[in-house]
Amino acid sequence: MTELLILVAVFVVATVVGYALISRVPPLLHTPLMSMTNAISAVTILGAFVLFSSRLSPWEALLAAVALAAATFNVVGGFAITARMLRMFRRK
Amino acid sequence: MDLSVDLVVILVFVVGFALFRNPAGARRGNMLAAVAFAAAAIVVVARGGVVLWPLVIAVLLVAGSLAWLVAAKVSMLQIPAMVAFQNGSGGLAALLISMVELWRVGGGASIPSISALLGIAIGGVTFTGSAVAGGKLAGLLRQAPVTLRGHNIVVLVTALFLVAAGVAAVGGDAAVVAGVALLSAAGVLGILLAVRVGGADMPVMISFLNASSGLAAAFCGVVTESRLLVAGGAFVAASGTILTIVMCRAMNRSLANVLVGGTATGTGTATGGVEPPPDTWLPAAADEAAREVLAPDPAETPGAGAPGTAPPAGPPDEECPFAATAELALGAQRVVIVPGYGMALAQAQFNVVQWAEGLRQRGVEVKYAIHPVAGRMPGHMNVLLAEADASYDDLLELEDGNEHLAEADLAVVVGASDVVTPAAVETEGTPLSGMPILRVQDARRLVICNLDDEPGYSGVKNRLYEQPGVISLFGDARATFERLLKP
Repeated sequence: MTELLILVAVFVVATVVGYALISRVPPLLHTPLMSMTNAISAVTILGAFVLFSSRLSPWEALLAAVALAAATFNVVGGFAITARMLRMFRRK
Repeated sequence: MDLSVDLVVILVFVVGFALFRNPAGARRGNMLAAVAFAAAAIVVVARGGVVLWPLVIAVLLVAGSLAWLVAAKVSMLQIPAMVAFQNGSGGLAALLISMVELWRVGGGASIPSISALLGIAIGGVTFTGSAVAGGKLAGLLRQAPVTLRGHNIVVLVTALFLVAAGVAAVGGDAAVVAGVALLSAAGVLGILLAVRVGGADMPVMISFLNASSGLAAAFCGVVTESRLLVAGGAFVAASGTILTIVMCRAMNRSLANVLVGGTATGTGTATGGVEPPPDTWLPAAADEAAREVLAPDPAETPGAGAPGTAPPAGPPDEECPFAATAELALGAQRVVIVPGYGMALAQAQFNVVQWAEGLRQRGVEVKYAIHPVAGRMPGHMNVLLAEADASYDDLLELEDGNEHLAEADLAVVVGASDVVTPAAVETEGTPLSGMPILRVQDARRLVICNLDDEPGYSGVKNRLYEQPGVISLFGDARATFERLLKP
């Protein structure tokens, strides 16, 4: 039960802090922001690793592998494209 | 056990967001977040160990290198499609992990079971909704909004079915069957929501799906008891929500209006007498989808391949409109360019920036005024112009853009219509009414480089084409600027 309360607290604090910080991001950077948050939402990859830390039935292994693939695509693609986009922003 | 690791990574994410104030800071923020992410993954793997490691390594290598390749190759025009597909894969990962956990928990009225069901439902809507949105943006699906007969009722019935399946799963009988029913309903609901949103409403849809992918990850985090997942999901949900609000405000519409109303179909209440009759609006929106596909091909466009011949609705100047534009630009002190999605489709941003640089070298001040919903996702136009090497200091937001327009000697609209249509502020009852616009008519002179004088996505007629003194350069924007660049 304490664990659940901690999780709820984490959710509330992260939402409030995230909202306060992200609402100050200028429109100039909204596209890179969204692609970076895409990478961050792939923290689900940690959930996939947790699944792979104990014995899995073949079905579970299949679902976990697809989840791992989706999350990997998300995190690598997200950070890489954000970096590439941000390199294009130059000032003369 | 690893509260300290979680806290450190969460704090690094926070710092990353805090650094997103300017491009240089954002580069550092992105890099920091990536490093923290990698560290968290290593810690989790080191502590928990991995069974089936050959499978895990193979998946990591294949998916990782594919993502790297796509990220390196994708053009800035395709970024919205790429982001949509990424929202979808985030939803997919969250829903699959939630499913495995539900399988293990076996349903019932416990918190993990309910969280898993929410992860499946939200992840499912996000996955199929993003697949449809991404397919539309990538040109794999028709872009025009698709509305079924009784669309709202079908949506409502699907949503009720989804809730019923969720309640059945919580009840504990045949939780897996109920979970599959819930998943199917969520998938159908995502498709139903995404098919009726088209073209210019995409920025709202993408932001909404971004938020829902974060929420799905957060619920997935509750089931797996991962603080990091909950926090990461919450950040993304907050970010997506902010962007959704910004986009809706920029169109003066509610989220419900965009998702349920649909631009082309929600015009029943519009009775603007000055505006074209409502029956011309729907075809215009459908036409836009067709035009978008054809846009880069000048040969398909009447008037596009005929440089030198003055268009029918031609300028009052007796001379060639291209020469007139060049003369106006060179004689101006301040020029403001207003780009829209038409510029992106024609891939004209490179020529536009080159033209602007030429003017700047001759002492003309050139700025770009960017409407928040120009393009197909939040901030899209900024990235396109950055790709073409425009200086980011010259990219102005709405308010700043309007201040510059009021003092400009010349405004040049490139492939934009709805975001500059005066009807948005002058006429009640149109789909655009109340939407803040870039007031290009405030500039001393105005040049419009659009494909033709048809209305934009909203179907609302733009009176600027008929305003005396306005020069229209109809045709593919790239061809237009190639011509303007010729000495």
